[in-house]
Amino acid sequence: MSAPYAKLPAWVDYGLIPLINLIVAFLVAGLVVLAVGESPLRAASLLIEGAFGYGEGIGFTLYYATNFIFTGLAVAVAFHCGLFNIGGEGQAYVAGLGVALPCLWLDQFAPWYVIFPAAILGSALVGGFWAMIPGWLQAKRGSHVVITTIMFNFIASSLMVYVLVDVLKPAGSMAPQTRTFAEGGQLPRLDWLLASVGLDIGGAPFNMSFLLALVAAFVVWLVIWRTKLGYEIRTMGHSPTAASYAGIRQSRIIIITMMMSGALAGMMALNPIMGDQHRMQLDFVGGAGFVGIAVALMGRSHPVGIVPAAILFGMLYQGGAEISFEMPQISRDMITIIQGLVILFAGALENMFRPAITAFFATLGGARSDKSLPAAE
Amino acid sequence: MEYFDTLIVILQSTVRVSVPLILAALAGLYSERAGIFDIGLEGKMLAAAFAGGAAAAVTASALIGLAAAIFVSVCLALVHGFASITQRGNQIVSGVAINFIALGATVILGQAWFRQGGRTPQLSGDSRFTTVELPYAAEIADIPVIGSIYSNLLSGHFMLTYLAFALVPFTWWVLYRTRFGLRLRAVGENPGAVDTAGISVTWLRYRAVICCGILCGIAGAYLSMAMTAGFVKGMTAGKGFIALAALIFAKWKPVNVMFACLLFGFLDAMSIRMQGNELPIIGVVPVQFMQALPYLLTVILLAGFIGKAIPPRAGGVPYVKER
Amino acid sequence: MNDIAIELKGIDKKFGLVHANKNINMKVRKGTIHGIIGENGAGKSTLMSILYGFYQADNGDIFVDGKKTVIKDPNAAISVGIGMVHQHFMLVENFTVLENIMLGAEESQVLNAGITKARRELKQLEEEYELEVDPDAIIEELPVGIQQRVEILKALYRGAEILILDEPTGVLTPAEADHLFRILEQLKSEGKTILLITHKLREIMAVTDEVSVMRRGEMVATRTTSETSVEELAELMVGRHVLLHVEKGPASPGDVMLSVENLTVRDGRGVDMVKNVSFNVRAGEIVGIAGVAGNGQSELLQAISGIRRAVTGKVMLQGEPIHVTGTADPAELRHRGLAHVPEDRQHMGLVLKFDESENSILGYHDDPKYLNGMFLNIDAIRKDAADKIEKYDIRPPNPRLKTANFSGGNQQKIVLAREMERDPAVLVIGQPTRGVDVGAIEFIHKRIIEMRDAGKAVLLVSVELDEIRSLSDRVLVMFDGRIVGERAPDASEGELGLLMAGVEDTKEAAQ
Repeated sequence: MSAPYAKLPAWVDYGLIPLINLIVAFLVAGLVVLAVGESPLRAASLLIEGAFGYGEGIGFTLYYATNFIFTGLAVAVAFHCGLFNIGGEGQAYVAGLGVALPCLWLDQFAPWYVIFPAAILGSALVGGFWAMIPGWLQAKRGSHVVITTIMFNFIASSLMVYVLVDVLKPAGSMAPQTRTFAEGGQLPRLDWLLASVGLDIGGAPFNMSFLLALVAAFVVWLVIWRTKLGYEIRTMGHSPTAASYAGIRQSRIIIITMMMSGALAGMMALNPIMGDQHRMQLDFVGGAGFVGIAVALMGRSHPVGIVPAAILFGMLYQGGAEISFEMPQISRDMITIIQGLVILFAGALENMFRPAITAFFATLGGARSDKSLPAAE
Repeated sequence: MEYFDTLIVILQSTVRVSVPLILAALAGLYSERAGIFDIGLEGKMLAAAFAGGAAAAVTASALIGLAAAIFVSVCLALVHGFASITQRGNQIVSGVAINFIALGATVILGQAWFRQGGRTPQLSGDSRFTTVELPYAAEIADIPVIGSIYSNLLSGHFMLTYLAFALVPFTWWVLYRTRFGLRLRAVGENPGAVDTAGISVTWLRYRAVICCGILCGIAGAYLSMAMTAGFVKGMTAGKGFIALAALIFAKWKPVNVMFACLLFGFLDAMSIRMQGNELPIIGVVPVQFMQALPYLLTVILLAGFIGKAIPPRAGGVPYVKER
Repeated sequence: MNDIAIELKGIDKKFGLVHANKNINMKVRKGTIHGIIGENGAGKSTLMSILYGFYQADNGDIFVDGKKTVIKDPNAAISVGIGMVHQHFMLVENFTVLENIMLGAEESQVLNAGITKARRELKQLEEEYELEVDPDAIIEELPVGIQQRVEILKALYRGAEILILDEPTGVLTPAEADHLFRILEQLKSEGKTILLITHKLREIMAVTDEVSVMRRGEMVATRTTSETSVEELAELMVGRHVLLHVEKGPASPGDVMLSVENLTVRDGRGVDMVKNVSFNVRAGEIVGIAGVAGNGQSELLQAISGIRRAVTGKVMLQGEPIHVTGTADPAELRHRGLAHVPEDRQHMGLVLKFDESENSILGYHDDPKYLNGMFLNIDAIRKDAADKIEKYDIRPPNPRLKTANFSGGNQQKIVLAREMERDPAVLVIGQPTRGVDVGAIEFIHKRIIEMRDAGKAVLLVSVELDEIRSLSDRVLVMFDGRIVGERAPDASEGELGLLMAGVEDTKEAAQ
């Protein structure tokens, strides 16, 4: 039959079930905290305190969230087309070149507001290109995009090590990284934004790219729900049969979607390179590409869900770092576990609680169930 | 003669680094031939390496370590099975989740239990696997070529190494010569055929993921208890994905898996060996290129430019009885 | 008592709201070939799947050899001697014949011993029933006729005494089908009981001893084949429908708007589903294509609308050729005035997760009137959807409601509104009222007539014979990928039924 589950009210579908999945993920994470001999409640309060308790904490939280908005959007855009892009990590990594090269060429002569657009374009182009190849292989050669994007992550990693060690490393330096950019390659911080609500950002690298991430979230919403292209992408994602009936060219849509996805992942590189380190370092992506998967699943692939989900993960990253001062047992790796659990419960097991919830609502609304039943054929 | 010795050394390290790849790729083979895609090989191997290292350190017994490694890996495999078989969830998502859970949990638990920055205590003596000298290895070592091959290349490996290589023909035998293998291959191609033949698709697929768990467990144990003496944070370092690449490269066939893993292992060994050295004719090849080569080759294969890798037909699709 | 191999008592099965089997009673005598005939969707396959343990009946009992038997899974069916040859073969395509036959009946943990035994027994079976196959051949390299033989051998190898064949000739050439029937005769003479499910009357008359007729989930009659006639069976199968009354004036056909010449279309398996078909549709007429589902109608529709590439043939739309064997694509054809209401509205005609207004532009989403540059003009789209909702009385009247939440009839109206309101020159409609409630049927029929009267050329494909008869101005009957006859809509039900069942066209033969 067409619908495997009975219909539930929208707020249950989009609100309650994801929330329950999330709570279960955190409960299991709490068990891990318990297992290492700490109190989950105290850990939670430390976490929140560390992430939101003071200006610098908030600055860091939002700095991390910036990365995750980009990568979460990247995964989500691909999801809308029925594609699973696991390659955000590699796309962001390679896109670092699109950020670093304009900075290295121009930072002596141009102000940041000239270099920033160039770097945005550069990162989007390079990231988009890196994702286009798996997209093309999927569309034209039928190679599964999941496997090729995984492979491209590793290829990206090797490529970037080579580039950083053998090409971009300044002569005489030992560290595999570019030289530090002059002022033109540094994005202004958003201390004024937090200052306006009376918070001191301290040393947090909360910068312009956060605003760009919000713009990107809006643009993604606009493209997916308000343009012809987005309409075609969603048609493909929901029903390839309907797409072919509608005369939508499938390979074209697959390739374009992957390029958009890669471009979004690529723009993540702006935040750590131009916004924080002011140079490109080895492994600057640091797993943000993968966090994007959890963020997209949690945010149900909608920018309105993705931004808070990214902030939640930003909170976990920042708060997690804080916890480890108080509880040496719990390092930031705790976040990796939570990330895995969120992916497991909000993704792979998303329907685990659905039968029970459906049954609950069925008994609750038994009297009016006749009317609300969808037409089955 | 100098080149020959170098070659022996490179081949020796090829064998060393290939073992976890072979075990993990064979693990993936059981699962994927049954129609359950598994990109969580990395995570299972990592968790097993930790469990093995931890248990061996505590009990001072390598065998208990191995058992713990297998147990933990099988548990994770069952989680994957539950998500993919019972809950009919997305197998890719589930695999990704398991990788992260393992990556985080090994560090957190390691730090909590041993307080050595995510390491487990150094293993020695009975708590670690030791190498096995084949008979007469010392005696014939001096015979040119043959002696060197025998005593340096074939002899002096861990039991687990010999086990890994023995598992290749064994897996072939299981797959093509036993009832379980016949059904396993069938369920990955057409679960409907298995169901109508009166065999439980669910139970068969669970058994397949359990096999996968066992082999990933052994692979992990090899990493932390044989190849090195203890668990180090993130020690699988992408080996699970290279194994996955090798499995695809081998077109899901056991003997091919061994050769693919040896090839990828050889590239790895070469890249370590060659660091900065010039190759005749080609000149200096960046190490990173050698490291990326397994992935590049797999992509080229997947694209159908050299042969075609056709995955098991029912792979990745949860089985639902059709109406 | 003991000459009854299978008895079904009060079998009842529902899938959600669909009542697939209603209180079915049936007896099958041992050593006979018992046919079960009925239109598609009559519930034949469901009934057999229950007998084979693939589904559980909600109610009712099964007696095998006079003993009440609970068949909870295929294993239980196999153990009481029931074997089944499925419509879609349950074979592992890259296995050898022998491996397929052994699967599930391997005898021992290690295959070797079993292989020798299987080879020997297979040889015996082959000789006994003249079912020759190479045990080491790979299934996907064998022609479908031989693959089917492997399915039969599989069942016999498991010791089946009762063999169910579900639409076995659907994929066979006539020669292969004849061969199959000889095999069935042979099996019968060895004492096996055979249940043959088909919608083809010719087959029933040719091989069965008894025949049961199913219609809309019910068992309507059982006859001894030699005492019945094709005419009687056709009538039982199709039923005496109350002819839906549709107000309709005479047609005034104009120019040829759609012409199809020598069209051949192949399906995904490489089987020719449409074979050298030619016909015309004129402006201001409705041409109906009658036929039992699966006789090539779907492929015909898909080829004409540019979704599936044709192998050969020429199609002209308003006098201009459509490149059906190459570049034709649905978007282009829409621009050129061909609207298509697809048979499968849930998967093809609609995206169920879209809201109503989004579906009301599917395929026309590149029309400038719905766009502002590259952006969707949401206001225009919703306004347009609201207009259609009103005009077609779509309920609930909410363009923002998710399409999955509309009833079947209203979903169909969404598709119809979208396609008809484009003022197309040619309207191609597949199964306009499948899964649609009675009230909506009347409305939909009226709209189709209105389209005709407005001078559109309408090609209507339906498996509902009375729908074809009440709407069409000319009726073409499709069987086995061919147009086997053309009739006026007032031709008798029996006559059309015979054509649909593949019985020789008596009228043309006489000439």
